[in-house]
Amino acid sequence: MSAGEPIVSFPLPKQGVIPVTQHLGAPAKVLVKRGDTVKTGQLIAQTAGFISANVHSPFTGKVKKVDQTTDASGYKRQAVIIDVDPQEQWEEGIDTSHDLLREITADAKEIVEKIKANGVVGLGGATFPSHVKLMVPEGKDIRYLIINGVECEPYLTNDHRLMLEKADEMMVGIQVLMKGLHVKKAIIGVEANKMDAIKHLKDKASHYEGITVEPLKVKYPQGGEKQLIKALINREVPSGKLPLDVGCVVNNVATAFAVYEAVQKNKPLIDRVLTVTGKKLLKTANLKVRIGTPVSQLLDHVGGLPEDTGKIVSGGPMTGKALTTTEVPVVKGTAGILVMDREEAWKATPRPCIRCAKCTQVCPQGLEPYLLHQYGEMKRTEEAEYDGIMDCIECGSCNYTCPSARPLLEYIRYGKAETGQMIRNRKSN
Amino acid sequence: MKNTLTISGSPHVHGSWTIEKAMYGVVLAMVPAMLVSFYMFGLGAVRVMLMSIVACMVFEYVIQRYIIKGPVTIMDGSALVTGILLAFNLPTSIPSWMIITGALVAIGMGKMSFGGLGKNPFNPALVGRVFMLISFPAAMTTWPKPIVSRPFFSFQGLDEKVLDSITGPTPLGMLTDGADGTMPEYVNMLMGSMAGSLGEISALALIIGGVYMLARKIITWHIPVAYLLSSFVFAGILWAVDPTQYADPMFHMITGGLILGVFFMATDYVTSPMSAKGQIIFGVGAGVLTILIRVFTPYPEGVSFAILLMNAFTPLINSATKPKRFGEKQPA
Amino acid sequence: MDQVILSAVVSLGAIGGTAAIILYFVARQFKVIEDPRIDLVDDKLPAANCGGCGYAGCRAFAEALVKTGDLDNLYCPVGGNDLVAEIAPILGVEASEKAPQVAVLRCNGTREHAVPKVNYDGPRSCAWAHSLFAGEAGCPNGCLGLNDCVRSCDFHAMYTDKDTGLPVVVEENCVACGACVDACPRSIIEIRPQGKKSRRIYVTCVNTEKGAPAKKSCQVACIGCGKCVKECPFEAITLQNNLAYIDPHKCKLCRKCAPVCPTGCILELNFPPRKVKPKTGKTPDQKVGKERNTTEDDSKAAESQSAKSQSQNSDNSPKPDDKPGKRASDSDSAPENTEK
Repeated sequence: MSAGEPIVSFPLPKQGVIPVTQHLGAPAKVLVKRGDTVKTGQLIAQTAGFISANVHSPFTGKVKKVDQTTDASGYKRQAVIIDVDPQEQWEEGIDTSHDLLREITADAKEIVEKIKANGVVGLGGATFPSHVKLMVPEGKDIRYLIINGVECEPYLTNDHRLMLEKADEMMVGIQVLMKGLHVKKAIIGVEANKMDAIKHLKDKASHYEGITVEPLKVKYPQGGEKQLIKALINREVPSGKLPLDVGCVVNNVATAFAVYEAVQKNKPLIDRVLTVTGKKLLKTANLKVRIGTPVSQLLDHVGGLPEDTGKIVSGGPMTGKALTTTEVPVVKGTAGILVMDREEAWKATPRPCIRCAKCTQVCPQGLEPYLLHQYGEMKRTEEAEYDGIMDCIECGSCNYTCPSARPLLEYIRYGKAETGQMIRNRKSN
Repeated sequence: MKNTLTISGSPHVHGSWTIEKAMYGVVLAMVPAMLVSFYMFGLGAVRVMLMSIVACMVFEYVIQRYIIKGPVTIMDGSALVTGILLAFNLPTSIPSWMIITGALVAIGMGKMSFGGLGKNPFNPALVGRVFMLISFPAAMTTWPKPIVSRPFFSFQGLDEKVLDSITGPTPLGMLTDGADGTMPEYVNMLMGSMAGSLGEISALALIIGGVYMLARKIITWHIPVAYLLSSFVFAGILWAVDPTQYADPMFHMITGGLILGVFFMATDYVTSPMSAKGQIIFGVGAGVLTILIRVFTPYPEGVSFAILLMNAFTPLINSATKPKRFGEKQPA
Repeated sequence: MDQVILSAVVSLGAIGGTAAIILYFVARQFKVIEDPRIDLVDDKLPAANCGGCGYAGCRAFAEALVKTGDLDNLYCPVGGNDLVAEIAPILGVEASEKAPQVAVLRCNGTREHAVPKVNYDGPRSCAWAHSLFAGEAGCPNGCLGLNDCVRSCDFHAMYTDKDTGLPVVVEENCVACGACVDACPRSIIEIRPQGKKSRRIYVTCVNTEKGAPAKKSCQVACIGCGKCVKECPFEAITLQNNLAYIDPHKCKLCRKCAPVCPTGCILELNFPPRKVKPKTGKTPDQKVGKERNTTEDDSKAAESQSAKSQSQNSDNSPKPDDKPGKRASDSDSAPENTEK
């Protein structure tokens, strides 16, 4: 729907809320206090722990307070609230020009350092800190860098637009990642329904060494990390293992672009491209938005919420999170905002399982969702573990296909949490 | 209305596939065979069909409404499918009260006593049919010859004398009992011009329905293919050993309820295994059992028993066969 | 014919006899010697197998009872004191009376108090909803109203009030087995002493947020102002994480805390209606008035300043507490007199 909309830079908000937990892992430690003035790009929260990421101020202005604020699910998280000064002052050392810098001067170590310093996380949705991915443990032989150009979810078009508009930057970003990982080959996987992007990327890739573009079959969840690896290099990541174990590292196209900015321009991750879409919206848009901008302002930009809004989803329709309020900020992991009307929002009433086996047929991980659902509901964690509940990638295909509209994924996710708890307990004992 | 926002877990979209679509898809697939039976047996077939459908739906309603006191779901199509399948397994000459008894057993005993749709271990229509076969063996094995017009409604069944003149043995019956009668041509069997139960006479119409269900992905190929192949191969081995004693495999394919069972009863969602591997085992087992019963037991027809027996094995097959997990084995 | 019958009887009889002899010796050889008292105790137990005692079923509890011979630490919440009295002679120990307990719901977030702001659409399970979001009203600690506790109850002691959307404990049926406590993902339900004449005072809130956000999601939330802490003459109330907690073992049911709570989140159960003015005289009233003023100031400071001021609060608290402490004897005896 929004694939034809070019990326528009979104204006600065009056007030920004920057949560310190925008990534997978430990919350970052806040460095500023109430009343401090901050510049755009200034570090405001520092990594705490191995899997953690820096957070930078996306605005110039004054810190109003450091407090608990409501996150998307209604729980409270620590955040820095900044009153934004419209006169922007950038932190020194950041290149804000639009010139393309092709030459990579940094060496591998510096690349990792810069990515870490600039708080780059995986922008596909999982927000795993990118520098951790680049720190390949000893003894692992990495042969491929895989770039995920498959739009993870239906409706979202931000990656598609980015591939069309920022292909050059992305290519340099990929080269940077290749240098950081010491790999010679990078494959960009793009779904075959985005022929324009494939053609454009192929054009660009011919100017860079070692980058190839592969069209992929259109199916969900093609953008899942494990499924992508299987489709591109025909290797299956074993249960409980990482892509590293089959010799590759996967990064999203938006992450590649963020890496370019971080390493070549020394610009921290303070904005991202996201899609605002919905059937009943006046218009849809792909916006370049500063982290911390309230979602409500994005919705105002596309003409406000329609009368019969039933649900607002942060992310895509398959794995996104429903928002309790529009007064939540855009974070690093916000790939899109999806507005659904009331009719779409309510799920059908679950009915008994008719054992049609549709869920087993669609499960990309070869699991038996109907069984795992029961285990989850009954808290039978040991059987659930045996039947591979931890391998579930939570793609939602089973829920989507179930003719009885059973809440399969809901209970599987719950069972997964319980089983994970059990495994951790066992390990600690 | 202030609280317009809804919170729920992902995914936030749902496919268009529903129980109704699956069930009415099956019903649609059975329409060709139904029409053939109406054409071949006339109004008697219509009577059996209507009685069976109405009885099944009424029993489902009554049980859900007054005994279980739960939600009434007769419109989901499952009772309709059971009704049609039960009628497909009956001869047109069957008295109406027997149909009603059969429907009660099918819905009441076969389905509702286990908790309704999705919980029954055995195919309800087959439970009803086998119950009738054992309880009323004479009425259940008296097949009228096709294209004979008969009274539309007769509660007592047909007069003994009339019966003799218009009934004939099924081809399978001739084989088992050595009964007299001229074997119909294969082409006639394919088209449905032979004595038999309502739905089993025209292999061609059933295959059309089966292909429709496969095309709409209501069923997968595993059970039908495994069932057909295994029964064909097993019957073929017997035939190869002694062609004079055993019928040729082609004959087994197109006579009796094999095709009906293969496409419409063995593939029943609730009572068949979940994984592809399991479905193949299920199909092979049912195929071998069908031929075993047909050839080595006094019963001329073995499809119902074979499928019911394999239904009983379904939970075991389910726990023994797991789908191939992602990342389990590295492709070379 | 006769011979056939005879041989059948003889051979079957022989087989049966041999089997009986073998079984007899096997049974003697492998006999498990068990304390006969276990069976006696087990017979007395309610056989509900609820696990409320902390053991895997009644049999296991009976074994534990006989093994330790100690009735002080082992308690069957279902059987209660009557059961203890029955078991004690079997074990040959003295029966000790234990105060009966009951489950209480520490949340008053009815649909009126905690107005739902969003709709929840998903499985009717608190555990799942808890992992998904904060709740329809926005309170991250409050009752989700999806009945995990009601389902966990084996004694028909809980039901859901359709108007409020909250579970209700039926005191007569509750055996304080604790199944609901375990079932609740938010630890809202607590097992507390039943109290004399079922009189209980407790804080019906478990919200640990600061005052403003707590009040925003629920009108009757504990805002952590600390007024009740100062009011309590017995130091039974503690304030932790912006939440007051009344220790049932220290509380003397003097009812001083409830009126000072600005949100009304302290619940008094089964007390006679409160008289408008206490008889004791004017002087304590004035004192109370003064204290109120100071505490209000304190609480404002607490709300605006956050954690640091709270520690100050607790530093200051002994001073005003001293005075009510002297009054304690009067007020303590007062309700008891009325009871008698």
